[in-house]
Amino acid sequence: MAKIIVVTSGKGGVGKTTTSASFATGLALRGHKTVVIDFDVGLRNLDLIMGCERRVVYDFVNVINNEATINQALIKDKHCENLYVLPASQTRDKDALHKEGVARVLDELRQSFDFIVCDSPAGIERGAMMAMYFADEALVVTNPEVSSVRDSDRILGILASKSRRAEQAEEPVKEHLVLSRYAPERVERGDMLSVDDVMEILAIPLLGVIPESPSVLQSSNSGVPVILDEASDAGGAYGDLVARFLGEQRPHRFLSVEKKGFFKRLFGN
Amino acid sequence: MSPPNDRSADAAPFDLKGSLFTLTVLHLRRTDPAAIERHLAEKVAQAPGFFVNVPVVVDCEGLADADAALDLAGLIACLRRHGLVPVGVRNGSEALVAAAQAAGIGVLPEGRGSGRRAEPERAAAAAESERGSGAPSSRGNRLSTHPVRSGQQLYAPDGDLVLLGTVSPGAEVLADGNIHIYGPLRGRALAGAKGNAEARIFCLSLEAELVSIAGRYRVLEQTSSEFWGKPVQIHLADDHLIIELLAR
Repeated sequence: MAKIIVVTSGKGGVGKTTTSASFATGLALRGHKTVVIDFDVGLRNLDLIMGCERRVVYDFVNVINNEATINQALIKDKHCENLYVLPASQTRDKDALHKEGVARVLDELRQSFDFIVCDSPAGIERGAMMAMYFADEALVVTNPEVSSVRDSDRILGILASKSRRAEQAEEPVKEHLVLSRYAPERVERGDMLSVDDVMEILAIPLLGVIPESPSVLQSSNSGVPVILDEASDAGGAYGDLVARFLGEQRPHRFLSVEKKGFFKRLFGN
Repeated sequence: MSPPNDRSADAAPFDLKGSLFTLTVLHLRRTDPAAIERHLAEKVAQAPGFFVNVPVVVDCEGLADADAALDLAGLIACLRRHGLVPVGVRNGSEALVAAAQAAGIGVLPEGRGSGRRAEPERAAAAAESERGSGAPSSRGNRLSTHPVRSGQQLYAPDGDLVLLGTVSPGAEVLADGNIHIYGPLRGRALAGAKGNAEARIFCLSLEAELVSIAGRYRVLEQTSSEFWGKPVQIHLADDHLIIELLAR
């Protein structure tokens, strides 16, 4: 049975789409048949990050409205086997999403995929609710600053009370914390909340810490999920995150300031 | 200018003040008395004690133009039979307003849309209560083992609220009795919500945005309180909010 995982945050710009793209790619690289769905109808971004924007013909809303079949809308990823993208519509708005339609599309995808990753839009309105409603597990992407943490807290409350699992009194949605854009130097200086600060407020298990890194922006602009840039710190952190999600034990990295060696100090990176 | 003594001699025997209450609203969809009676009996049977003496407002927004056909007197009698106390109507037609006046209950200002907006919040609270309350509840006591997250509201009408998790910033917990929080209180806590001045708030770490007992409230800031981050109890004495450390 396929697992549905929502990548959500409440707040915008914290790294939901970056995380969705790398997380889905990581699952596929490890041999799991994965589809990643863009729920941000009207503000389509996932296709850019995945580098498939020129291959979008049909989209999620077309499938919901029975104007195209799932297979017509699914885009096969060019970087790895096992990975498909279901893009959002750019010309519609979130009202095009409705529970029955989304349920039907997810049920159909469940037949042939191991993991369904739902990239949620920001906010707590219709698009975000639709992305969350059917989830079995949730990656809550949070930046180490107070407004992001509060929004994540709100989202956790909604997952616990308004998701399908909550409404049907099933086992609750399994929650994972993804702390992104983490800068240990700034935490040390006291400008940024630490991992412990965030954990204390949100009180959910930590799946991964993604360091603030120039490689994220470079990857986004070139349409290659950052997890494929294995040499980069953010790419490595997403690799660890996926491994942990699949049950491996890996220590958390990038939590403290890297001590620069003598030569590094002399010559830089 | 009259001397102050003169005024205190004939001081008013009461103060008239506005106050906010959480009221249960009955959103009517149909007017069939038999169906209403049956569903009401079911609801009350699910939580006997929960509805005893609960003031309830009848909202007719969900009815079509047919609310003239609503037998308000019958409905009021039906609500009373099940222990509820009808106190007013809202969003009713002119005929209904007249019927309400005849029946001696209040007419509340039209809350178009507002009733609907409150619904998801109530649904959330209901869902939360289903998950959280495994304990036998005497009176209206309520126990939740889950953290109360930002934007959530938890209310224990007619009883104490016992919380085993954190109350996050932006969350609100209310009880007609006491509130016990076995964790940090970072949001808002309002005990004695129906005016019980004997109610108290207990928490293991005071980091609250606002605390209130029987309508007496105080907003808190980290710098303004020597009790910040400490285990405290809060109660009323001479109409003043008193915060004190819990004895070890």
